Amino acid sequence: MITTNPFAGLAEYGITPGMMMAFVILMVLAVVVGTALDVLHKKSHKYFFEHEERMKKLATRELSSAEKTSMLIQTITSEVLTSSEFHNPKRRLAHLLKMYGFVLFVLSSAVLIFAYPTTADAPFWAFLWHLGAIMVAIGGYWFFFSLRVDVQSEGNKWWNLKKRDLFIVSLLATVTFGLLWSLFGTVVLFALFIISTAVLFGSVYWSKFAHMFFKPAAAYQKRKLMADGSRENLPPFYKRAEVLDQSTMDLVRDIPKDQKFGLCIMKDEPKHY
Amino acid sequence: MPTFVYMTRCDGCGYCVDICPSDIMHIDDTWRRAYNLEPDMCWECYSCVKACPMHAIDVRGYADFCPLGHAVRVHRDEEEGIIAWRIKFRSGRIKDLVAPITTKPWGKFIPNLREVAPPTDEQRKSQLLFNEPKYIRLDDGDLYTLESQGLKMRQGVYY
Ligand code: SF4
Ligand code: SF4
Repeated sequence: MITTNPFAGLAEYGITPGMMMAFVILMVLAVVVGTALDVLHKKSHKYFFEHEERMKKLATRELSSAEKTSMLIQTITSEVLTSSEFHNPKRRLAHLLKMYGFVLFVLSSAVLIFAYPTTADAPFWAFLWHLGAIMVAIGGYWFFFSLRVDVQSEGNKWWNLKKRDLFIVSLLATVTFGLLWSLFGTVVLFALFIISTAVLFGSVYWSKFAHMFFKPAAAYQKRKLMADGSRENLPPFYKRAEVLDQSTMDLVRDIPKDQKFGLCIMKDEPKHY
Repeated sequence: MPTFVYMTRCDGCGYCVDICPSDIMHIDDTWRRAYNLEPDMCWECYSCVKACPMHAIDVRGYADFCPLGHAVRVHRDEEEGIIAWRIKFRSGRIKDLVAPITTKPWGKFIPNLREVAPPTDEQRKSQLLFNEPKYIRLDDGDLYTLESQGLKMRQGVYY
């Protein structure tokens, strides 16, 4: 089942491979146009470069191009590939599942549609397609029902949807209807799958889809600003032992250096709801 | 000086929403990012500024303190147990303030209230607050002194 190419049976609904390919190309264009409009509307690029210029004035040293390259590689291997910006390990894991699942799902959809449009027997790519969808579903539903800040911190019910949920809802609808259609193969499920896919890729301008392009750029910028001395005006990162030693207050100097104080909020999650 | 959020730095973790005693840090309907919805009601406790792991919350300086080009930034390091502030004045002068985190676990120095006996009726009607430190109570005799309580005046502690 999960090694069968779901797109191979589309001829039954009168859908030709050419139509599917055109749909994929249309979705790619929708993402490009949506992202461009998003940038123009929010002026993200303007803010981004203005911030960099402002911070450059505070820099205490110039970064060499070797350093910049190494930071770029670190950004890719850390922030991009392992979602290291998340402090909450559950959110990080859910994000990794969604991200890698989405990449597998999109990549294998393109390969299945362009390389095996009428062949049911493409076990490797069909397996990746199902695996990707399942990974997005696990990470996505976990996020949707319990990790979403509106549910966890604001105490909203999960069904209280707002514009901010457009991306996650259309993403979950896409993989859920995709999996159900692959399982039961009805035309209604296929139609729902196509509609949710169109909403997912067609709503980039209104949703947070484009974060996958902005976030790596922002993470790279952050690394550079921390290294060039401007530090976005942040104080240096001190070591506890040094601070205790150098303090002019008896009270602080008397604190045993290895004394662990209570849990803080990152380890001791608040539970009000 | 109330706080505000750089929404582009915020990742919507909700720590500030959880911690704000004034319940004014909330999540925006469009972008799922935090914002201070009522700066006038801000206690200026800076719990949210310290709690934010993304350094996304800043302090809006009053004009007399740091007009234009100022910055009030904090880094709170739970692993090291350090809170460090950097105050940048308009002239570019920088003041760094560092302090160890001394949050005590519940139940050790802070009473674990779930295990404390409920107040009696008499205590409820009393003018005294729950757990009011005995050295500020005047109801059972004279004023307490540091000596009588075995306390010592130390630099940095003001009783
Ligand atoms: S400074 Fe305190 S009262 Fe003001 S928004 Fe932050 S947590 Fe709330
Ligand atoms: S604590 Fe910081 S990152 Fe988290 S929601 Fe608040 S502003 Fe955003």
